[in-house]
Amino acid sequence: MHGERSRFLSIMLFVGFTFLYVPIILLIIYSFNYSKLVPVWGGWSTRWYGVLFESPDVWDAVLLSLKIAVVNATFATILGTLAGLAMVRFGRFRGRTLFGGMLVAPLVMPEVITGLSLLVFFISLKQLFGWPTERGFTTITIAHITFSLAYVAVIIQARLTGMGNNLEEAAADLGAKPFKVMTKITIPMLAPGLLSGWLLAFTLSLDDLVIASFVTGPGSNTLPILIFSRIRLGLRPDINALATIIILFVAVLVAIAAVILFRQQKRDLLDQKMARMPEV
Amino acid sequence: MVNKPPAPEQSKEQGPSQDADQEPLLQIRAVIKKFGDFTAVNDVNLDIHKGELFCLLGGSGCGKTTLLRMLAGFEAPSSGKIIIDGKDMSDVPPYERPTNMMFQNYALFPHMSVEKNISFGLQQDGFSKSEISDRIDDILRLVELRDYKKRRPQQLSGGQRQRVALARALVKEPKLLLLDEPLGALDKKLREQTQFELMNIQDKVGVTFVVVTHDQEEAMTLSTRIAVMDKGKFVQIGTPTEIYEFPENRFIADFIGSANIFEGKVIETSVNHLRIKTEIGDFDVEHNIEVSKGSHVYIGLRPEKIHLSKQAPEKKTENQTLGVIDDIGYLGNTSRYKVRLESGRIIDVTAPNQVRPKNRTHHITWEDNVYIHWDASSSMLLNK
Repeated sequence: MHGERSRFLSIMLFVGFTFLYVPIILLIIYSFNYSKLVPVWGGWSTRWYGVLFESPDVWDAVLLSLKIAVVNATFATILGTLAGLAMVRFGRFRGRTLFGGMLVAPLVMPEVITGLSLLVFFISLKQLFGWPTERGFTTITIAHITFSLAYVAVIIQARLTGMGNNLEEAAADLGAKPFKVMTKITIPMLAPGLLSGWLLAFTLSLDDLVIASFVTGPGSNTLPILIFSRIRLGLRPDINALATIIILFVAVLVAIAAVILFRQQKRDLLDQKMARMPEV
Repeated sequence: MVNKPPAPEQSKEQGPSQDADQEPLLQIRAVIKKFGDFTAVNDVNLDIHKGELFCLLGGSGCGKTTLLRMLAGFEAPSSGKIIIDGKDMSDVPPYERPTNMMFQNYALFPHMSVEKNISFGLQQDGFSKSEISDRIDDILRLVELRDYKKRRPQQLSGGQRQRVALARALVKEPKLLLLDEPLGALDKKLREQTQFELMNIQDKVGVTFVVVTHDQEEAMTLSTRIAVMDKGKFVQIGTPTEIYEFPENRFIADFIGSANIFEGKVIETSVNHLRIKTEIGDFDVEHNIEVSKGSHVYIGLRPEKIHLSKQAPEKKTENQTLGVIDDIGYLGNTSRYKVRLESGRIIDVTAPNQVRPKNRTHHITWEDNVYIHWDASSSMLLNK
């Protein structure tokens, strides 16, 4: 009975992982295909990586995407943290529940709606104030900040709730004025939350196709927009190469995160061991 | 107030000064704290003098922690005044108060070493580097943690963390040290040991301590005075002996230690004795206050103040009755007996096990007929 169940589980595990990773592995293999036609195998080659490196529009898109992602992540982290602080630390204020609900609404809002509403917003802004004159970097960044900050706010809220007021009260009790408490206690304690919030906002921005396509203008292609528009004209081997590079990039990041996490756990274990040692 | 300690001049040999002419260090005046409709602290008045180790004792939700937080400045009273060292604290924020607090879970800064945790408060006051390091050395010597300067809180045991928290709060030499369940997170053995350490440290530094606790044993051992709180009010304030031996009412008698409580009616009064009719018979109670004949009273009797024997007591006392052993709780050093009286009422009696039994069974056992008796001075007259 027990043996059967574990056999069933291992089969399910295998099926699950196959389902997840076979397409990705296929993509990587085909990026090394010499043939110009994706489904036709023409032998191993790095030809398409060369092609990729020589296409300036790809590099423009990568650069634009990174620029948007960094600016977005930074602003979203600042604004999201402030929103999170307001929600958790200001106690009860009028309309707190409503505000809290509205803060997380972008998480469940269909992207198409968000994108459309932002486009309408930018167009009306232009009619009223003559700004933004053209859509592109600025409009995409603003659009990304609006939904990323909701994610950051949720992370910060959770972290703040978990922390409790105790440490901040202790600092105030020891004579630290509110600004000192903020810089010496709250922000260092929030650091892991800030980092994960920043990374999440960064990833969300890099990932986004739908909202960016709504609010972008001529000539401003982010990486997802570029990939999607090229694929529409049929599968292309150089895009496979580009995708493979992105996968590699993500894999390295995940590996780094895993190592950091592992070290942290090891340190915690050592700390606990140290705490149990008898006093000398 | 029915019961007053017999000797009005309570001379305390080593107790702190409580001279009437000296202004109390802490004065709490008609303090009320409401959270919405809930009154957490209800019109409380209290004076605490310099050098006292004062305990606020009560169950959870009695308002003791709220009161402590108002002293620290984390909560503002809804009305009333808190005066520390002659200064009204109403508009003084926590970071400017001459108080420091030791938090229940210690609230050590996890991103700072022991040394940094302790120096944090001193840095806010702008002490020089050498002064700070001298003070850290002194305080770490006091709490015996000199070798642990560089460790982070996570690398310390519970007892060590507790001492770091104490050091961090004491190093600023506050006028008033507030301790929220200081020993609550420690296991029993360590707690007993730490109680005495805490008393020694308080004795050495001479800082006034206000301790919040729900543990009556802790309050009894630590404090010079205890205020028992219930539903936002002080029920009784007094020394541990006063609270235990002269409880004012049934709540205190039952909350601190345990007591057999009987309802009764005064049937005779004399100069210093009352004769009281209760459900288990008529008894003598020694007293030193006026109670009129016919009035309705309660008497409390501590289980350890009742004598238990198989033979009739030699001296025929007035407070004596017969019963049957219904149950025995053997605790090693003492045994707790449930004695069923004729009326069916069960009386708790505690007796020390002073003799080691020869044949592994004790002298008094289940279903034995026993005599119980007690001194007229042992009964406590309670007012409600």
